[in-house]
Amino acid sequence: MPTGLRFRAISKTFVTETRKVQALNDVSGEMMPGKITGLVGPDGAGKTTLVRVLAGLLDADSGDVSLSEKGSTARIAYMPQKFGLYEDLSVAENMTLYADLNGLNPDLRNQRFAELNRFTGLGPFQHRLAGNLSGGMKQKLGLACTLIVAPDILLLDEPSVGVDPVSRRELWSMVRALQGTGIAVLWTTAYLDEADGCDQVILLYEGAVLDHGAPGDISAQVAQRTWRVVLPGAETMRKRDVQRAAMALPGVVDAQIKGRNLRIVMAEDGVAPPTSLSNLAALRQFTPTPTPPQFEDAYLAAMRKKNLVASSAAPTLAVDERGTAAAQDIVIETQDLSKRFGTFTAVDRFSFAVRRGEIFGLLGPNGAGKSTTFKMLCGLVPPSSGSALVAGFDLATARADARGRIGYMAQKFAYVAHLSVAQNMEFAGGVYGLSGEGLKTRARAVAIEFGLTPFLDQNCGELPLGIKQRMALACAVMHKPDILFLDEPTSGVDPVTRRDFWSRLNAMADDGTTILITSHFLDEAEYCDRMSIIYRGRQIAAGSPDDIKSAQNGAEGTLEEAFIRLIEAHDRAEPDTRADAA
Amino acid sequence: MSVTANQGSWRWREALGRILFLVRREFLTIWRDKRIRSVLILPPIIQLFLFSYAATFEVNHVPLAVFNEDMSLESRDLVAKFTASPTFTDTARITSMHEGQDLIERGRVLMLLRVPANFAHVLKSGGTPTVQVIVDGRQSNTALIALGYVGSIIEDYSRERAQSLGQKLPTPVLVQRAWFNANMISQWFIVPGIVASLTMIVATIITALSIAREKELGTFEQLLVTPLRPYEILIGKVVPAVVLALGEGLVLALMGIWFFGVPLRGDVAIIVLGLVVFLVSVTSCGLMISALTSTQQQAQIAAFCFIMPCVILSGFTTPIENMPGWVQAITYLNPLRYVLVINRGVFLQDMPLLVALNQVWPMALIGLATGTGAILLFRRRVF
Repeated sequence: MPTGLRFRAISKTFVTETRKVQALNDVSGEMMPGKITGLVGPDGAGKTTLVRVLAGLLDADSGDVSLSEKGSTARIAYMPQKFGLYEDLSVAENMTLYADLNGLNPDLRNQRFAELNRFTGLGPFQHRLAGNLSGGMKQKLGLACTLIVAPDILLLDEPSVGVDPVSRRELWSMVRALQGTGIAVLWTTAYLDEADGCDQVILLYEGAVLDHGAPGDISAQVAQRTWRVVLPGAETMRKRDVQRAAMALPGVVDAQIKGRNLRIVMAEDGVAPPTSLSNLAALRQFTPTPTPPQFEDAYLAAMRKKNLVASSAAPTLAVDERGTAAAQDIVIETQDLSKRFGTFTAVDRFSFAVRRGEIFGLLGPNGAGKSTTFKMLCGLVPPSSGSALVAGFDLATARADARGRIGYMAQKFAYVAHLSVAQNMEFAGGVYGLSGEGLKTRARAVAIEFGLTPFLDQNCGELPLGIKQRMALACAVMHKPDILFLDEPTSGVDPVTRRDFWSRLNAMADDGTTILITSHFLDEAEYCDRMSIIYRGRQIAAGSPDDIKSAQNGAEGTLEEAFIRLIEAHDRAEPDTRADAA
Repeated sequence: MSVTANQGSWRWREALGRILFLVRREFLTIWRDKRIRSVLILPPIIQLFLFSYAATFEVNHVPLAVFNEDMSLESRDLVAKFTASPTFTDTARITSMHEGQDLIERGRVLMLLRVPANFAHVLKSGGTPTVQVIVDGRQSNTALIALGYVGSIIEDYSRERAQSLGQKLPTPVLVQRAWFNANMISQWFIVPGIVASLTMIVATIITALSIAREKELGTFEQLLVTPLRPYEILIGKVVPAVVLALGEGLVLALMGIWFFGVPLRGDVAIIVLGLVVFLVSVTSCGLMISALTSTQQQAQIAAFCFIMPCVILSGFTTPIENMPGWVQAITYLNPLRYVLVINRGVFLQDMPLLVALNQVWPMALIGLATGTGAILLFRRRVF
């Protein structure tokens, strides 16, 4: 008989060297059979801890976990964030290994493998080494191994992390297909847009349940507050200016650009939406029309209600002399930039140019060559051929000089955990040539701008994720770089912090800092001035977000749809020749 | 003053500034991380004591079984000389060889002393009696040393007996004298060696692990995008390791002097000179390890594989002179070999600087080679 899993008042505290962390605080909920339960929350919300408690890998300090059908037995399958695939074994060998480990009857094996391969679409890749699969395929294989013996309860810990939009859709449809069998599924995610795909959602924030229920019900709480504005004359202005102006209006909780529309969320029911952007002269009167609410709107509103939103004081990075430089200067220019590793071409004749003060996006699925391009431009990897000019320095001859003019923020938080915020900032400035009084003054100014003053003496490893990310950005701009390289800066960060982060980026771009960013949040890519989509090492589209969308499906669609269409078209034109060379 | 020279010196000063910031960060990292801090402080001190007490060449308390077949005054005198000596412990008195065999086989005693029934008789009749000593050859080192003691005890006995009888025996007396360590205290020999070996371990581990740790954390990439050049990063890593290991070595040396009474007869400055050159060559090896490994675990294993042979092939515990020729040839590549000579020399013998320099220049050559190797490996692996 199908059964669910019920958990009540789960609390868990971890004690580290210097402090206590309450990972879970009185968390209750239920996974129902045949339903997908979404466990949604930013990094550090306690999602993994809860999943590990449910899987029986971790003892909670208090609370209990039980099957919802008394007296029944259930097989629980758990897929951790990093599934233990053996990278040096093939797809088929990995599946055989997990079948052995789970004691799957050899007579049933062929049939089960065939089912799973149909399900995952990994049939043609049986002999490929798991280490050579893309991020999405790895997750699918992980899921297949988890499902080797059909479970009653399936716990998935962030299955969509590091998975490109196309594979993400496929993963979702795979898990939906399981529902018919009566499995109770827990899908953990930091992406709020995934909440709408779940039957019910538990919204977790800093170890506590912020809200729970059907995603539609949660969104409905803000039903009367969401508005859509078709922007008159928006073509002539930068989207981020429009967004910033809208955010600054009284009563507005959130303003986002979606194609040619502006979405506005008001703070309270019954408050009339603005009818003009009074603070932006170029925009005339407009008429907002109601629009269906989204999960993210509700999340933001809930955070606001609980007063969890940090005051989003408008960041004003001190303008320096650079601001007056001609805005049309090209600061990054590549010509047929290529990188080959042995016979593998990671980046294939990539040419693009970025102007001063632009926010330029590099988008593409995992393994497309984004990071390699990034590393070449930062001087970390020498190009195999082609040329690149960064901040006026030729990377072939003056790599170290070019490095002096750029700021870099890695995808992973890359600072020594035991150093304080102040020490990290001083080091970041010091290696770029600041010293003495100049360094101190600059560190003070940056700390104030980024709201880091209260954290200066804390060890950076113990900061909350949002503050860590702010510190990383602060360190990257200590030396007032001409160009800022940001590698997936917002992955795993909650939407509030993400908005805060983007408003800082906008302010910096306005001051003349050029920003090169990679992201897999395609809604975020809307705020780039221009972007380049790369796939399998090659640029497959370039231009402003609107250009790219209208070339694919008209400006009304989302960037994600355009992105998926582009990739599918490319796959049809040029099937992956690397398929099963082994 | 030409413009280029000015720019050159400016560039140089900028590089120095960057290195200083990196050095400061290294010290802070080590100091603020409780785990790293305790690993660097406690184990070397514990090891100093463990080694100094455990690795001793003196033989004491050898379990001895006595089979005295001759119940005479003379034989009892002789046996008493053995049992009163701190070298032997009177473990068993036996009445048959069978019994003795059993004790030795079971490892209960290491030595068996058998005094034959005619001992006193032969002695009184002016002859030379024989005593039999059987040792457990399975522990050959200890047995050999113990046998040496047996020789001197018996010699002692005959001399005393001759004196008491008023005889003037024209026996030539061999007087042994050990220079620099008159009492042959093995701790005097071990402590200067341990100071060198432990500083080597500390320095290798700090450098090998520090870059591997940065690679794991992703902070290394963050370092590489700064204007720091590869050699600047290497200098920034070597300096803190050398300073810390040197400091630790000197503390260990002081403990050796206070605690074990090891004399310091020479000039500390020569020890410092030797250790610095030694540490530079060793940290370069640590850096090579860190260039070739990508995780701390790999680095740790590699560091171990480097340290062990260095210690064994250094002459720290076993004399190099006893090794076969080809192994002796390898030891010339081992920096620990040279610094051991300096340390022991300065501690026990007041080695003059000129003699010490004979050991310093080979280490400097090795350091030059390993340093160049580290830079080359780094460029290839990182860029």
